[in-house]
Amino acid sequence: MTPVIAARGLTKTFGDLTAVDGIDFEVPAGESFGLLGPNGAGKSTTMRMIGAVSSRSAGDLRVLGLDPDAHGPEIRSQLGVVPQEDNLDPELKVRENLIVYGRYFGIPRATCASRADELLTFAQLEDKARNKVDDLSGGMKRRLTIARALINEPRILMLDEPTTGLDPQARHVLWDRLFRLKERGTTLVLTTHYMDEAEQLCDRLVVVDHGRIMAEGSPSALIRQYASREVAELRFGSDRNAEAAARLEGMAERIEVLPDRVLLYTDDGEALLERVTDLGLHPTTSLVRRSSLEDVFLRLTGRSLIE
Amino acid sequence: MSTHTSGTPAGPTTEDPTARAMTAGALPRRLGWWYVAEHTWRAMRAYAWTIVMEGIGQPLVYLLGIGLGLAAFIDVSVADGANGPVTYLEFVAPALLASSAIGITMGEFTYVVMSGFKWRRLYWGMNASPVQPQQIVGGIVFAVVVRMLLTTIAYYVLIVAFGAVVDPWTGALMPLVGTLGGLAFGLPLLAYAASITEDKGQFAMVQRFVFTPLFLFSGTFYPLDTMPVWLQWIGWLSPLWHATEIGRSLSYGSPPGAWPVGVHLAILLVMAVTGWVLARRMFVKRLRG
Repeated sequence: MTPVIAARGLTKTFGDLTAVDGIDFEVPAGESFGLLGPNGAGKSTTMRMIGAVSSRSAGDLRVLGLDPDAHGPEIRSQLGVVPQEDNLDPELKVRENLIVYGRYFGIPRATCASRADELLTFAQLEDKARNKVDDLSGGMKRRLTIARALINEPRILMLDEPTTGLDPQARHVLWDRLFRLKERGTTLVLTTHYMDEAEQLCDRLVVVDHGRIMAEGSPSALIRQYASREVAELRFGSDRNAEAAARLEGMAERIEVLPDRVLLYTDDGEALLERVTDLGLHPTTSLVRRSSLEDVFLRLTGRSLIE
Repeated sequence: MSTHTSGTPAGPTTEDPTARAMTAGALPRRLGWWYVAEHTWRAMRAYAWTIVMEGIGQPLVYLLGIGLGLAAFIDVSVADGANGPVTYLEFVAPALLASSAIGITMGEFTYVVMSGFKWRRLYWGMNASPVQPQQIVGGIVFAVVVRMLLTTIAYYVLIVAFGAVVDPWTGALMPLVGTLGGLAFGLPLLAYAASITEDKGQFAMVQRFVFTPLFLFSGTFYPLDTMPVWLQWIGWLSPLWHATEIGRSLSYGSPPGAWPVGVHLAILLVMAVTGWVLARRMFVKRLRG
């Protein structure tokens, strides 16, 4: 089966700046695919090229087998786009926002109206149908934006930082909705700089930095490949971390010294902690946790994802 | 690369996705501009009251003020048309009508556009749909043209009722001319508005230093050649003056000044077409960076 998105050597330059630097990836139908990376890594630019609103500078790109340069409207007719910043129309009521948007796809008004009602139920906004958009909370606005992106029954739903700026509860409600779409087989393409989001939603992801793909795989495979099973986080106080790390040399598979803490990568964190105490070192705080994509990113780029 | 498919794809599964895209894209390719116009009209409902007040209230105020006040004071004929002497009210009416169309663009082609790109970001939403940037700007302009036509037609009915049109038959073309004047002024303004990324009060400056002077120096309240030559150039550059002179020709039955109607018309067309080309280019540049 041909992939719904295929990029080869995909490049985007703005003057001297290379935002996307020759990346290759494919997304098969039904997959939930993530672009993970810090701000400015080139994720949004990649999304705009896939979304057929920004032409590539070099390389090849096919979306649903079509070239975005020649078939922008055709490709966009099959996409649902959830932008980073909401662009709902505050002059219109909640339900009207869906109907008006559906018209942009050439969908008859009556079909738009019945789909709008279904989508309001899906987005848990049926009580808000006649409200003004400005009366909605941030989480509700996001859900409405997602509902709007589904009005054309898209093949691919593209989400750019879907939960940035939402409180934890609103994020979980949103993840639940996205997970349902994923279960129904909608292809999801999302960017995020949240590890937990990537782990929750993505079947497979690419880690992007400086416009390049650093690694690719499922969240668990990436963790297996680039981190140990567990991490011990030790804090000795900001000016003593480096000194302590020097004494810990060789005790773990890998040691990462951050300004505020020392990370020790190992398969058994508790056992390691005991050995640290035996050595006569007494961290002010210690914590053992499972490795996450944050650790993968740190390993790959030498930088923390959220700075 | 691993290709695994889990679950069933959304939407109709039997259809080839490429073929489905080709079919679904056909209608928006043709009618995208119309969907944008639909949306624009729906949004206009929010300030429908302002539109009606501007369309009927403002002409009434002018016609009452000028018709009952100034025109009674200037109780001599101010020009000679093919159908005889022209009263002051008949002289002013075509200018007021044309300025109402131009006035609409001061809102629709300024803050509304700025909002679409920056504040409410509606254009970005449209841009993610099958609709093309050229269709977005086309739909906006079309919606505003309809608003200008309705306003100038209402204006025309009022000035006929006030007895301010010498020949109501040829004068009936005034709404078209006023709308063309509105586009000659408005489309370059639209291109300018689409190029602005930071609001630094530019539109207030346009209002104060472009729109208001044009209104006063375009032979609106007295013939342009009354003014010293060093001020007349403002009128020559002014879409309002050209639209007004055509309107007066239509009302009086003959051109009021030395310039033939065809020249006025050509100047308006050049301004409107130039503005249109620039506005399209600006929308594409902005939305497809």
